[in-house]
Amino acid sequence: MRKIAIYGKGGIGKSTTTQNTVAGLVEMGKKVMIVGCDPKADSTRLLLHGLAQKTVLDTLRDEGEDIELDDVLKPGFGNTRCVESGGPEPGVGCAGRGIITSINLLEQLGAYDEDKKLDYVFYDVLGDVVCGGFAMPIRDGKAQEVYIVCSGEMMAMYAANNICKSIAKFGKAGDVRLGGLICNSRKVDNEANMIQEFARKLGTQMIHFVPRDNMVQHAEINRKTVIDHAPEHVQADEYRQLAQKIDENKMMVLPTPLSIDDLEKLLIDFGVLN
Amino acid sequence: MGKTKKIELDKFREAVVGKYPTKVGRKRAKAIINNDPDNIPQIQANIRTVPGIITQRGCTYAGCKGVVLGPTRDIVNITHGPIGCAFYSWLTRRNQTRTESDMEENFIPYAFSTDMQDSNIVFGGEEKLKQAIREAVELFNPKAVAVFSTCPVGLIGDDVHRVAKQMMEEYDNKINIFGFSCEGYRGVSQSAGHHIANNQLYKHLIGRDDSVNGKFKYRVNLLGEYNIGGDAFVLEEMFEKCGIELVATFSGNSTVNSFENAHTADLSMVMCHRSINYVAEMLETSFGIPWIKVNFIGAGATAKALRKAAAYFDDAELKARVEEVIVEEMAKVEVVRNAVIPKTTGKTAMLFVGGSRAHHYQELFNELGVKTLAAGYEFGHRDDYEGRRVIPTIQIDADTRNIEEITVSKDQTRYKERISKERIEALEKEVGFEYNEYAGLMADMEKGALVIDDLSHYEMDKLIEMYKPDIFCAGIKEKYVAQKMGVPLKQLHNYDSGGPYAGFQGAINFYNDIAMMMSTSIWKEMKAPWEREEVIEAVYAS
Repeated sequence: MRKIAIYGKGGIGKSTTTQNTVAGLVEMGKKVMIVGCDPKADSTRLLLHGLAQKTVLDTLRDEGEDIELDDVLKPGFGNTRCVESGGPEPGVGCAGRGIITSINLLEQLGAYDEDKKLDYVFYDVLGDVVCGGFAMPIRDGKAQEVYIVCSGEMMAMYAANNICKSIAKFGKAGDVRLGGLICNSRKVDNEANMIQEFARKLGTQMIHFVPRDNMVQHAEINRKTVIDHAPEHVQADEYRQLAQKIDENKMMVLPTPLSIDDLEKLLIDFGVLN
Repeated sequence: MGKTKKIELDKFREAVVGKYPTKVGRKRAKAIINNDPDNIPQIQANIRTVPGIITQRGCTYAGCKGVVLGPTRDIVNITHGPIGCAFYSWLTRRNQTRTESDMEENFIPYAFSTDMQDSNIVFGGEEKLKQAIREAVELFNPKAVAVFSTCPVGLIGDDVHRVAKQMMEEYDNKINIFGFSCEGYRGVSQSAGHHIANNQLYKHLIGRDDSVNGKFKYRVNLLGEYNIGGDAFVLEEMFEKCGIELVATFSGNSTVNSFENAHTADLSMVMCHRSINYVAEMLETSFGIPWIKVNFIGAGATAKALRKAAAYFDDAELKARVEEVIVEEMAKVEVVRNAVIPKTTGKTAMLFVGGSRAHHYQELFNELGVKTLAAGYEFGHRDDYEGRRVIPTIQIDADTRNIEEITVSKDQTRYKERISKERIEALEKEVGFEYNEYAGLMADMEKGALVIDDLSHYEMDKLIEMYKPDIFCAGIKEKYVAQKMGVPLKQLHNYDSGGPYAGFQGAINFYNDIAMMMSTSIWKEMKAPWEREEVIEAVYAS
């Protein structure tokens, strides 16, 4: 079983990319579980065709400790196993602690056990690594591979660099590694070249360049992944390719984060001045 | 023990500092001082403990909930947090209290807590807190409810002040409900918690009731007295005998109403300067009640404090009665003192406790002819060591800024000037009044004596090893370590099972207890018989 965490700046398209990629893997015949680690609980919406999921933490609150795996695990597109960790409403409590609690509960309930015959577990994690709780998926061997969704925009690269710092830190003590950057294009000038160079400097690769296409929006409105909504569309092939590349990926590294000066220089060299 | 050996206290700093990593050693060196009362040296105090050092200190929550509000009996003190903080601050033995009738409330035997669980941390604990307050109100119908924040509450951002306000409204403002942002991590020691407690006492309790009750004309507050081992009972009795009305004690054997009434007193007498000087100052600024530093630990110090009060009120009859009480009590004190002093004279002591006790208890030891070799505070500031004159020079660091500083102003209707400048000067000459003044611990210690702030465990071991004091005074964390090294330890946080030690009767108790501890030979028996036997080692020939 490969355990993969997807990180990236807020709003960059982590959930969309993750679910579309998972759809691609499912098409290849893989058995996948996806764990949403965002209090908004929208990481499985496209696979479940709507927000049809009761979160782990809500279930825990309503039912007490006496929970069955089926209470929190719903089958989605292509029989993906979908879990939402959930969390408090904005401004109260501790969402980070919530993620720790719910991943522990999933382990206790045997969601990762061998009899489930999973090929992949995906963690879709909110925004940047903001505190201990959000780093949970990359601690203690919960996830072994991290993919960072980014674009050629400065703040997205800045966030990606920060996430690399966390991976470098946790990777020293554990076995978490960076698998690559996924460029979710924002049509920034020279974007692919810049991210490729950025990846090189981090010691990793740009595993795929996902072009911007309105079909993603159409599919989202229909609460579906592109592969589900428009399997013949070119964008569906992009996600299939990404799924293929992740499946074949052997390049796992401890990243070397850039200094702020180097990061800004990269932007100037590739972006702003051209 | 150690009497014939030359005691070289100036060797201590060098001996311990070298064992620390260089940077830590440099920091600790500033907190280990050989005293000079004529030219008081600067000491480092109220600075973060270096992580890894075993410290005596407690947390901010402990200072607020445990020390200052702990002795209150008719406030339901709810700890908002996981259960450990409430359970371990459940002070049924340390603070005593005595209701006037069985009809009065006494919540000290209870431990109230919201007992936060994982899901309260994740989703926020405000609802559970409200529920806890409702439950307490239904069961006990108290006059007041106080809510204390523990570390996780601060981390997840529960707003205890807003909840308190909402709950007060829910009960039509008939119950006084207020919160404390006293999360354990807020300060470098419990001292931060004292300050936070002082602010809220002022904001939510003091000055709410203007009625002037009591049978005596001369009215005082006693600040920084926490009724450990029944100290407050002894003092209350003594004030009564002298004909002085004790309006409010902060907070030994106190009631909500006495706090609300405190501003009707005419003099504040401050015992523990560190934990309560903020209230003393606010009472003076708002209501014009002057405060003086006193000490009721030690028979001589007690007499002096009583004379200060009598001189302040300047009434011949009061003065005569106070003198009468002093003569009567001192006669009893002297009998006991004379009986035990052959057993104690020339012995040595070390005191590491509190923010005033390491100073105050030296009075009692002096009366027993016991020399204090080393002393220091857990949570004192520089002014507690060097005197209030250094306050303007104390550097305000980020840790201090983390604590709310409230500014109070003159109460337009209730402010009353009680003493003139000239009168203060006259009183300083007459009785050493100590108006708004605390000279600190160093002024009363001998030249060369060791003054150590925030003593570490390692340093305690070394102190005992190098100087073998006849008695060590500290708390439970130090007790058994010292005793295993063959030195008796007297707890001055809770007096073990002894006390009261305040006032004249307290002095008598202390003399007896210390003489007993110092005379017993049990401490020479610390080694088991087989450990004292010579061992012959041999190997089998092959």
